[in-house]
Order: sequence, then C-alpha cells, then structure tokens
Amino acid sequence: MVKYIIKRILLSLLILFGVSVLLYVLVRMMPVDFVTQKLVAGLGSQGNDELIAERKAALYAYYGLEEHPTLLGVWNGYWKWLFQFLSGDFGTSFKTGRPVEKIIFDNMGVSFVISFISLILQLLIAIPLGIKCACNQYGKLDYTATVLSMIGISFPTFFFGSLAIKIFAMELGWFPVSGLDSGLFGVSGWTKFWDMAWHLVLPMFVLVVLNIGSMMRYTRTNTLEVLNADYIRTARAKGLSENTVVYKHVFRNTMIPLVTTLAGILPGLFGGSMITETVFGIPGIGKTAYDLLNAGDIPFIMAYNMFIAVLTVIGILLTDIMYAVVDPRVKLGK
Amino acid sequence: MEEEKKQISESLPETPVSQEELHGENLTDRAKVLSPGMMVMKRFFRSKLSMIGLITLIALFLFAFIGPFFSVWSGADFDGMVIDYENAKNLVVSQKLEYVVNGETFYAFSITETPMTKNVKGDITWSHWLGTDEHGWDIFTRLMLGGRISLTIGFVVVILETVLGVVLGGLAGYFGGWVDQLVMRIVDILSCIPTLPIMLILSATLTSLEILDIRRLYYLMVVLTLFGWAGTARLVRGQILSLREQEFMLAAKCSGLSTYRKIFKHLIPNVMPQLIVSMTLGLGGIILTEATLGYLGLGAPLGTATWGAMINYATQEEYLSMYWNFWVPPGICITLAILAFNFVGDGLRDAFDPKMKR
Repeated sequence: MVKYIIKRILLSLLILFGVSVLLYVLVRMMPVDFVTQKLVAGLGSQGNDELIAERKAALYAYYGLEEHPTLLGVWNGYWKWLFQFLSGDFGTSFKTGRPVEKIIFDNMGVSFVISFISLILQLLIAIPLGIKCACNQYGKLDYTATVLSMIGISFPTFFFGSLAIKIFAMELGWFPVSGLDSGLFGVSGWTKFWDMAWHLVLPMFVLVVLNIGSMMRYTRTNTLEVLNADYIRTARAKGLSENTVVYKHVFRNTMIPLVTTLAGILPGLFGGSMITETVFGIPGIGKTAYDLLNAGDIPFIMAYNMFIAVLTVIGILLTDIMYAVVDPRVKLGK
Repeated sequence: MEEEKKQISESLPETPVSQEELHGENLTDRAKVLSPGMMVMKRFFRSKLSMIGLITLIALFLFAFIGPFFSVWSGADFDGMVIDYENAKNLVVSQKLEYVVNGETFYAFSITETPMTKNVKGDITWSHWLGTDEHGWDIFTRLMLGGRISLTIGFVVVILETVLGVVLGGLAGYFGGWVDQLVMRIVDILSCIPTLPIMLILSATLTSLEILDIRRLYYLMVVLTLFGWAGTARLVRGQILSLREQEFMLAAKCSGLSTYRKIFKHLIPNVMPQLIVSMTLGLGGIILTEATLGYLGLGAPLGTATWGAMINYATQEEYLSMYWNFWVPPGICITLAILAFNFVGDGLRDAFDPKMKR
C-alpha cells in the first residue's frame, strides 16, 4: 500500500511537470501579453517607434520575460519559472502587483463557502431522493426525478443563472441582481452577514439545482445494485422490517462508492466556479481568474492553473486510496 | 467473432409460442433470429425517453437546416440575412427605472428617439416571431441559422475526437509497454488541465491575431479536439485491455491475422457500443462548451449567428432585463439539444447493456 502510494505520488509529480510545460508554452504563445497591453494603454498609438521599442524592452526586462517568445526564450523562461515555483515564489501578479498566492487565498474564501454549502445541500437532497427512487424503481417518483435530474444536468449554468436573475431578482425583486454585498457602510456583524448571505442565495440555488441530478442518478444506480445483492435477500429473509433493510443495510453500502467520488470534487470545492461567479458577479477565485486570464497576467495564469491541476491530481489519488480504505476487498498495487 | 455474435443471439429467449399455435408448422419457421443490432434497436425504440430525445433532435435539425428556406428574412445564399427596412420604428425603449416616492411607485422609461430606417430591436409581431435584434435581423431566422453552426460543431469535434482517441487508445491498449505508458501519461496530463482557461487563452490569442472571421470556429474545433480525445482514448484502452485476453482474440492470433486486422476488425467493433454512447453524450458536451464560450463572448466571430453567440446578450444588463426575446430562445435551444443528446445517449447505453434487467 505504502509502496503503491509512493509510486502514485511520483507519477503525479511527472504529470504535474507535463502540465506545467504545456501550460507555460501555451501561455507564452499568447501574442498579446500583459506588457503589450500596458504599453498600448500607456502610450496610445502615437509615439515614435524607437521609444516604444525601448519602453517595451525595459518593461519586458522588468517583468522578467524575454521580448520575443522564441523557442530558446520560452525554454529559459520555463526553467526560471519552475525554479521559482519550486522554491515557493509563485510570482507577483502583473495586473494587481500583489503576490499570486495572496490573491488566490484572499478570493478562495467566498468560493469555498458557496461550493461547500451547496455541496452539503446537494448531499442532503440527492442521497435520500436517489435511494427512494431506487426502492420504487419505475414508479411515478422515480420517473419524475429521473427526468428532472436529466433536465438539471442539461441546463447550461449561465442560462439557468441568467433566468434565475431575470425571474427572482429583476421581475420579483426577491434577491439582489449581482455582487457580494450592497456596499453598506458603517454596519457590522449580523447585518453584514445577512446582507452577504442574501446575495449568495441565488448562486447557491443555481449550483444545487444543476448539480443535484448527477449525484442523484449515481446514488440511484448504486442503490439498485445493492438491492440485488445477496446480503439484502438474507436481511429480508431474516424477517427484518423494510425500514431496517433500507436505512441500515442498503444505505451503508450505497455510501461506499459515494464516499470515493467525494474525493474527486476537490478542484470544484477550492477552485471556484468560473461561470457561476461571472454570471452573478461574485468576487471569488473563479471570477478573479476569469478577469486576470483575459488580462494576460502570466504569473497568475500559471499559478492558478497549476493550483487546479494539483487539486485534480490529489483528487484522483484520494479517490483511488479511498476505494481501498472503504472497501477492504480492493487491493491497491501494481 | 461473427460466429460468437450469432451464438449469443440464438441462445437468447425468443418470443414465447404456445403449444396450440404450433399445429401444422415447425417452431423454426416461427422463430426469427434477431441480430444483436436489431435487438439493440428494439430495446432503444421501446424506451420512451430516448424516443423523446430522438424526436427532439430531428425537430432541431429540421428547424436549423430546413427552416431557413421558409423564412423571408434569410438571405438569398443563407449566408447573410435580410435586414427589415420596412417596419422601422424610431422609438427605442432602452431602460426601465423604478422609483418609490412616498410609498407610490413610479416607472421611468429612458426612450431614445433616433431617425432610423431599420427595424431595430423590434417587438414580436406576425412578421417577426421573436422580434428583431439590434442590427435589424430577424431573431427567429437567426436562431435557425445559428443552429446550423452549433449542431455541426458538435458533430465535427466528436468525430475527430473519436478517431484520434480510438487510434491512440487502441495502440496503447493493444501494444502495452512503453507505447501504453507514453499515451496514458499524455492522457493523464490532458485530463489535469482545466479546459475553460485554455479556451480563454486561445480566444485571446485569436483575437489579437485579428482572426475574427469564420476561421475562429475552425481553430476552436481543432483545440477542442486536441484537448478532448483523452477520455475516448482511456475508454478504448480499458476495453481493449479486457478484450485482449478473451478467447476470440486467441483464435484471431492462431489464424495468423495481421495486427491491423486484429485491432480494427476484431477489437474496435467490440468497443463500438461504449464508443457510440460516449460519442452521443459527448455531442451535448461540445454544444455546451461552444455555448459557454459564446456566453463569455469568445466563441464565434462577430456577426455570425450561433446559439452560443446569441446567448451572449444575457451578459448585458439592458438585454437581460428588457429584451428576453434576445437570449431566452437560444438558451432554450441549447438546453433542448443537450437534453436530447443526453436522453438518446442514456437510451443507447441501456439498449447496449445486455446485463440490463427489465
């Protein structure tokens, strides 16, 4: 087991190395980078060419980039970046001038709260519903829930979000249209808290409605499998009540595959949801990433994508380990 | 393998025939042997949800590909569109403001009066079923034309993805060893890279290279393919690893077939069921990606109608609040298309699965 985990971690490092190479090359291939944008913003289109070239070179040198992303330049730049990254210096964002890790951690809170609360809500609704549907397979509830969950899976986030804003915020006026707070001054404590919570209702609603479907279907499929197992027949043959069978024997065994999938949600939990946050104008990590990506902020793009990649790799690794932890029959190895 | 398939279909229970009905004829005359494909079709058409999905898809395709022929507002070559100059109106209500004074609610409308000759942001009328957009184009016709691109992109990308995935996954699964290691590590790397940021980078690159015409969509398709084949390759490899050990492969080896024949005639056809399911579900995914990029304003070139580009109006508060007819219809089309592909894919999966209990 330990040997297997060590092997997997080494493999993950190799994968992360590959990801970083690919990302760096892609990012450096962007013809409009931050420097050019800044130069154009600062000078406009006038000014003589020599001056512009001089300024450009100076700016490139200042930000530690080669002027022309030649192959050699990218190669050197990559090793420089990798060395800094490994020594814990994630770079300074071009646009905001703040350390990248600070930006990520400052904006992660909101995203995490939204994802976490909606995840809990999803679990609370999806698991009982999935079990209930499986117990009455092909019943009315089962059919309705299956169709509704399919619709939920198929709805694009931005469309459902826009509809929710249009209906609940603009027409009915129940919730604020966007943002995280109403910009109230001089209020503290609970008023501020409730104001924020009020703003987060709609995004969480959207996330829950759209993500509940897949989890419900997963629970349903697993429960159906468990219901056909021999030990359930034994439990029934013993004369246990249907409630005991379902809530004790079936429920626990349904949880096994669910627990393992939970490890895979890691990137979504900490990485924020770019679309939802952009639709609702919430300054979480997703929206920040979207804005800075468009600005061509190389250190941030690299750090953010590596952050997501690390989370994904850890998620996959945890999923595999969880399989072995939850189900003693699974042997890790090879 | 043909032998094996036949055997399976023969060993399956046929329609039960009672003894009385059998007088005067042989059982073999009555019983028909269903090929596996026929059985899949039968199971597929029995499921209500997959039928709903299929009908929706056909309707959407007819709407997008045949519909424009019946519209007076689509251009002669269906490339451009006819601008409505006749029903022009000069007043455009662009903003609705709400004031509450002493408990009474007042509405204020900001009205722009411009001498226009085009019917811009027109209301829903008999000649314009969904009104007109800010260029004077008929939204309903644009919706039909947009469907052409949105639906086509999905097919192109999924087919390219599958070809690439099948070839690389097949090689990895069949040969094992360093080929397998190499391909699977690339697959691992690709599945760890978040797609959306990559697409954002690509879009920014294309914009700065001043590629603003239809070529944008071609690049988009290429990049979606390059980052999307990993899932198919993983699926094909997994299947081939388990199929490789089966007896019909030993038989194939004994009869001295070439490697090419073994892979493409014996292994790949056995992976087809899973492939078709993943392709159908993938079609919905590509349409969603195109729409997402369109919503973020990064997908299709300016002026080209795609459902994704049309839903971009929802990002502007003016359209979001005042002109639902700009962004709700494309949204509904996108959702319907994804839903239909999901229904069909689900139905196919159930139909292909021989272990399914009914």
